This record gives sequence, C-alpha cells and structure tokens, in this order.
Amino acid sequence: MNATAPLQKSDSCLLRPGNTNCGGCGMSVGLTMLGRALASANDSCSLVIPACCGIVTAGAFPTTSYGVPPIAATFASSPAVASGYASVRDLNDEPGQVICWAGDGGTYDIGLATLSGAAERNENIIYICYDNEIYGNTGGQRSSATPIGARTTTTPTGKSETKKNIMAIMTAHGIPYAATLSIAHPEDFSRKLATALSMTGMRFLLMHSPCPTGWKSEPEDTVELVRIAVASGLFPVYEVFDGARYRVTVEPDGSDPAEYFHRQRRFKDEDIDLDATRRSCLDRIHRLRMLAREYPV
Amino acid sequence: MSVQVVTGNHAAGYALSAAGEANRTSRGAACGIYPITPQTEIVEYVARFPFSKGRVVPVESEHSAMAVSIGASLAGARAFTASSSNGLAYMTENIMVAGYYRLPIVMVAVNRTLGPPWNIWADQGDTLMLRDFAWLQFYCETSQEVLDTTLLAFRIAEDHRILLPVLTCMDAFIVSHTQTETMLPEQGLVDRYLPDLDLPHRMRYDEARTIGGMAWPHEGLSQRLEIDEAMKRVPDVYQECRQRFTEVFGRDPGDLIQTTGTDDAETVLVVTGTIATTARELVHKRRAAGEKIGLVKLKMFRPFPAAALRKACQSAKRVAVLDRNYAAGSGGVFWQDTRAAFQGHRDDVLIQNYLTGLCGEDVTPAVIDQVLADLASREVAGDPVWMGIETGKETLQ
Repeated sequence: MNATAPLQKSDSCLLRPGNTNCGGCGMSVGLTMLGRALASANDSCSLVIPACCGIVTAGAFPTTSYGVPPIAATFASSPAVASGYASVRDLNDEPGQVICWAGDGGTYDIGLATLSGAAERNENIIYICYDNEIYGNTGGQRSSATPIGARTTTTPTGKSETKKNIMAIMTAHGIPYAATLSIAHPEDFSRKLATALSMTGMRFLLMHSPCPTGWKSEPEDTVELVRIAVASGLFPVYEVFDGARYRVTVEPDGSDPAEYFHRQRRFKDEDIDLDATRRSCLDRIHRLRMLAREYPV
Repeated sequence: MSVQVVTGNHAAGYALSAAGEANRTSRGAACGIYPITPQTEIVEYVARFPFSKGRVVPVESEHSAMAVSIGASLAGARAFTASSSNGLAYMTENIMVAGYYRLPIVMVAVNRTLGPPWNIWADQGDTLMLRDFAWLQFYCETSQEVLDTTLLAFRIAEDHRILLPVLTCMDAFIVSHTQTETMLPEQGLVDRYLPDLDLPHRMRYDEARTIGGMAWPHEGLSQRLEIDEAMKRVPDVYQECRQRFTEVFGRDPGDLIQTTGTDDAETVLVVTGTIATTARELVHKRRAAGEKIGLVKLKMFRPFPAAALRKACQSAKRVAVLDRNYAAGSGGVFWQDTRAAFQGHRDDVLIQNYLTGLCGEDVTPAVIDQVLADLASREVAGDPVWMGIETGKETLQ
C-alpha cells in the first residue's frame, strides 16, 4: 500500500518534466497535447493504462511523472477497468474524464475483445491509442498494427501482412465518436480532443505515434514523419460520428509516401513495394472522401 | 428474517446484492459479471437486483468481469463477482491483481472441475489453483453457510487491518443447485452489519497518485510483507466479525475450523465442503459405537489455520485428509498444507492423503468407510490414495 502523502494534481502539466521517455517519442507529444486540451476545457482526467510505455512513463514508486492519477491495468484490461471506475464516478456525480491511454499492442491485439466489449456497451470513457506500430516497451516486436514490410525483431525480413484497420473496427461499433489524431496538426488534434471531451459515451481516438527507438528514425524527424504520413494518405486524419457520419479534417495533398519510408531504417528498399503503397494511399483517401461526401457530418 | 427454501446460488446472489445495496449510503456498488455453469444463477440474481446506487456491467469475459470490479473497487465502491472452473482460470491474471492491489472484493466461486475433459461437476481444483495469491478462501457446506460467509467476507475484507479480497466457495450442484432451508436476512440487518466501505487507498481524481506502477525490489518486498502481516491478523479479525455477526443476525456463522468429537479422537478425518456432511454423520455413528474418531472441517483455507488444526488434532494418532482436488505431480492440496502444519510440531502423527470425489464423483459413506479401513491398516503413511478408480473401472465394463 502506498504509505506516502499523495502528490498534488497538476492542472498545468499532465506529463511532468524529468520523465525518462525517449527523445522524439510521439506518445510524449500526445500526452502533452492531451494535458493542454484538458486545461483549455477546464476538465480533468484519471488515466487507465495497460502494459505499455505509457505506464513506464509514470516512473518508479512512490514518484510519478503524471500530474493526474493513473491506474495500471493488466495488458488486456484497460477498457474494463475504466468501465468500473467510470461507473462509480457517474454513480457519485463526480467530475473528470476517465481516459484509457494504450499502445497498439493493448489495442489492436491483446485488448481488442475488451475494447470491443466497452464500445458495444457504449461506456462513458475516452480511449486513446498511441499507435507506434510495434511492441515498443519490449524492444520492438511486430503487432497487428505493424505496416507491411516493416522489420521488427520478430519480422526480421519484413512483415508480410498488412496493418489492421482499427478505425474500421471501432466505427463498426457505432460509437458516438472516433477520430484519428496527428501530432503534426496540433490545431486539428486539439479540436478533436475538445470534441471528445464535450461528448459522453465511448470515444475512440487513434494517434500515429513515431518511436525513434523502434522505427530506427531520427528523433527530430518525429513530427515530419507524421506530416508526410498524413499528406500522402498513409495515415488519413478524419473523424466519424456514431459510426455513420464522416469528415476528413486534413486533406492529403498528394505527397509521395516514399520519403516516409526512406527516413526510417525499419524499412529496407527491397521490402517495400512503393507502387502498391501509392495505390493503397489513393484508394484509402478515395474511400474516405466518398464516405464523407455520401455520409457527411 | 425469513426462512426460505433456496439454492446455494440463490443464497450467494442474495448476499452479494444485499451487501452491495448496503453501501448505497457511501460510494455505491459496481461489478462486472459473466456467466458460467454452475454459477450463472448468481450473476443473474445480481443483474436483476434493483440497486439504489449501483451498476452491474455485463462484460464480454471473466477476465473483464474482475477488471470492472477492480476499477469499481479502486474508485471506492463495494465490488464483487462470481465465477467457476475455467472461468476462474481465464480470470486469473486479474484475480491476482485484486489481491496485490489490496482491494476488498468478494467473489463467490462454485467449485467445478477444470476441463478438459469437460465436466461441470464438483472439484475444488479451480479455486485451489488460486491459493498462492493474496486472497482469503472459505469453503462452505450449505446454502446457509454460503450466505453467512459471503456477508462475513465483506466485513473481514473491508476491515482496515485486512484489506484483502475473499473467495467464498461451494461445491457444484451439491450446494449450488440444491434447495435447502435458509435464513435470508432483511436489508436493514445487512445494513447494520456492513458499515459504509471506506477504502483508505482508493483513487481520487484530484490526487496525482499512480497505482500499480513500477516498484523497486525493496518496495515490492515491503508490500508483500504487509500482505503477510494482514494474513496473520485474519484469525483474530475473523472472530470479531463472527461475534458481530451473531449479535446482528442472531446466528453463529461458525468457526474457521469446525470439529466433531476431536477432544479424545485418535483418528481424525480432515475434510472440506459437502464431504463434511457425509463424514460427520459417519463419525457420529462410529462414536456412538465407542470409536475414538473425530472430524475437522476446514472452513478457512487461506490463510491456513495451522495452529487451530494442530489444536483440534491434539489427541490424534492417525489423520486422513480427504481432498476433492489433485495437484498434478504432488497430491491433494489440503493434505500438503496439513502435513506442513504438523511438521516440526507433531512428527508422531500418521497423515495419509485420500483423493476423493474428484471430477464430481460421489463421496458416499462407503467411500469414507474404505478410507478409514485403509488408514487403520497402515504402519506408515504412503503416497496419496486414489479413491473411486475401481468403481469407475467397473462402471466402464
């Protein structure tokens, strides 16, 4: 049991300075932006974090790098722990969001059934997946979020399967709000967080989150990589209301995705079919634009 | 207080719901539920209970059922659930977490054989698999004992000297689905017995405290040591909670071990659950015929009541431990702990293990007679004896 006096909540700083996260960590940028969005909305949160870099971020007992209370959940359990925790918050009419903060392993893989259950029940929680496309905390193994061609410690010659479309899975649940977040587009990022904070029920947010350690990229390229991914259609930035109404919030400009691959040493030229990638980017954008046109917000 | 004819499952659902309702004056009740035979009626009871301040979350797995209860408990609500067999196996990771988080969650488990082969009948291997986590474990014999022990469990679990979760166990079908006369207390009495839950380390949205993050070895060690200290306080706290139970409900919920004729017994049967009902009847008959035989029913298994067991067996020369469970490669779990309790204290006692009623086999008076005949014929203890195998062969032929 924690015997120390409770640390005070910090309104201004969700992720405190002095944490031990890697340079260029996309997740750290996301946490900082989440903190700002909460402060702007005059809102607060408790975090529920499964096994991932996000819980290592907290640091060793009894210290914490978080300015808010985080609960460590087992790997597959964050949406279920959050369901119980948020239920009691609502029974007692207490303020504050309950936010799951999870990596792609906890979201796309081991926790998918739990996440689906919470989405189907429309639990009153926000779920944010920072997707760095690997099991980063364990040193960079493949997940079902790893893109085709990427070398990881368990796909040493490049992954042969395509990345799972988690947004399609989550929107298929008909949840009130699902959106993708880009740390290269902070205004869009903040607006979507503000939207999520203003709603109730299940809200799912997916953030593309470069991991220089696992991606073998330069820390200073983190934001630029996301910018290229958004501009080229590799990671479209959009939002979906009630699983039915679509809006593309940052229009891709037709940039070539090649640069995205060249700047990461997890990709080898011989493992990447650039023509197929370009076709899939165009197809992805086309489908989303069609949905946004036919089923507008 | 009304007497009704109800099943063990009904009694468990009644107790869990009444305990949850009793916390309406504090932070309420919440739990995750998931069905599995033969406990399903418990979660069905809880799901239709009209809580004044509570939420029952019907989740997608046992693993999540315990996770929801963990989240609810961390938020300061009274939390509980029920499960059985492979459901407990699937839930295990979060069962462990509830203990190490020091959450006073109460779970009713209906003891069912772990599969494969698939089998819905009584066997205690499922909850005994969980013996090394920081949970108290009680084994019950009747619907009344299930009801009483479940209420008692909340009071013990939530005591600030304990703050550990509790498993209340009953044999599949023999208790879970058998209707017997049971005193069902009114809500007002349960309210009196269970004060508002005050979890001192509950999460608060305005405190930046991490629960469950990394701890260095010396911090982890001291947290384990605190669990050991709490476990050692359980026997005394149990007696206080038992005394209070008697005052409020006018009924003794029973001691943590329950004895019959042990004062002068040279032969003692150590049993749990419904085997005690059969064995007690047999012990009464044999004692009436002048035999110096006694019975110990272990109600509490975790923490293991070693001192009480030794005391009950003071005059014993031979002890038969009947286990409705089998730890592969070793023997019965209750036997292992019984031997450990005697070792170095009473090395003159012959302690023999009998594996009885595994996978739902009936433990009849004839089986116990065979046990006693074997025990009497022994010069020294041997390997655990498998009972019922010959009968099984005959059935196959």
